[in-house]
Amino acid sequence: MATLKDILRKIGAVKKTKQITRAMNMVAAARLRGAQAKMENFEPYARKFSEVLGNLSSRLEPDIHPLLTPKEEVKRIRVVLMTSDRGLCGSFNMNLINRAEKLLKQKQAAGLEVDLTCIGKKGRDFFRRKPYAINAEHIGVLGRVEIGLVNNIANSFIKAFLSEAEPVVDEVYLVYARFLSLGKQVPDVIKLLPITPPDQAETAQFGPTLEYLCEPSAASLMIDLLPKHISVQIYNAFLQTETSEHAARMASMDNATKNCNEMVQNLTLVYNKARQAAITKELMDIVGGAEALK
Amino acid sequence: MTEKHLEHRLLLEVVTPSRMVVSKVVDIAVAPGVMGEFGVLVSHIPFLTSLQVGEMRYRVGKEEERLFISGGFAEVSNNKMTILADAAEPPEKIDLERARRSRERAEKRVAQAAKDEAIDFARAEAALRRAIARISIASKKRM
Repeated sequence: MATLKDILRKIGAVKKTKQITRAMNMVAAARLRGAQAKMENFEPYARKFSEVLGNLSSRLEPDIHPLLTPKEEVKRIRVVLMTSDRGLCGSFNMNLINRAEKLLKQKQAAGLEVDLTCIGKKGRDFFRRKPYAINAEHIGVLGRVEIGLVNNIANSFIKAFLSEAEPVVDEVYLVYARFLSLGKQVPDVIKLLPITPPDQAETAQFGPTLEYLCEPSAASLMIDLLPKHISVQIYNAFLQTETSEHAARMASMDNATKNCNEMVQNLTLVYNKARQAAITKELMDIVGGAEALK
Repeated sequence: MTEKHLEHRLLLEVVTPSRMVVSKVVDIAVAPGVMGEFGVLVSHIPFLTSLQVGEMRYRVGKEEERLFISGGFAEVSNNKMTILADAAEPPEKIDLERARRSRERAEKRVAQAAKDEAIDFARAEAALRRAIARISIASKKRM
């Protein structure tokens, strides 16, 4: 049986933990608002971009550009895994890592070579201990993403995809956390290369397709736009993952705070019982002593 | 604003991934296309072009405004001109010191690229062009 003092100390410790988890919850909430604002700011750019790209691709032959053409023989694929740099956000990173590992195993089982690009520390730390080749890593970029960095990442994939020399990468997949709502973030996989042009049905809702006058030409515009398309997708994934991370951390810290409250309650009960027992025991002693004196 | 441009006016929107830089009804907008500078007035036909690094201007009444544009592309349709660029900054927002430093760095890289295969010449050159354009736009205002 723990002594009264021990229990008191334990209650104090739990209360302090609660302060920390509550503070982290509030920090995550503030960051979440920031990340959501960034997502909203990006929305007009992304919408216009896919509108224009959809319009162009509807008028051009699908084999206009090597980035659009699937390779005849797929030998090597690259998986890009986006995770957060910090933990304490529940199963957020593990979900992403599991999704990526599943994809890697699936592709390996199909006899393909795989390599990995890690964005975010948690994914890198996990896969460093695993037998997969990590071809590049970007740490500490989530949350302060710039379009310049995204362009560099996109260009490195394009280079690997188009290069003549071995090892050529024949397909590139991106694993990221899609933000559905405050309570729901799911790992999602998209194929970055070869590019699948935006769906016609999706772009048709913006009204009848316009016949643009194109300068220099529709085909050469397409060549400019396609690498940008990859950047837009990666940028979007960055923002989604960042927002999801904060939402996940908010939820898990909220949970932790609740658990702390419960623990304090239980410990207080134990403490009161122990106190009562001690008082009763003391009373018995006194009464026993008084009886003996008679 | 969306109502206004329908009644025969030109709405200009300059959008970057991080924010909407300009959303205004303008009289004329001039942008640096890859095939040369072009101006857009109201009732322009649907038009699509890539942009060079450079300066774009637009005029509302007698007020002329200028913007640094880091390439991208422009779309005109239904009296609405949309510019999608990686970066767009008005002259007063340009960090002149930073642009000067980046010009120096880019100049060095371009010079090295001739000897060193590892340096991406196209990228260094693009960085240099951006720095020069930023400097020229920012310093014009100050004179």
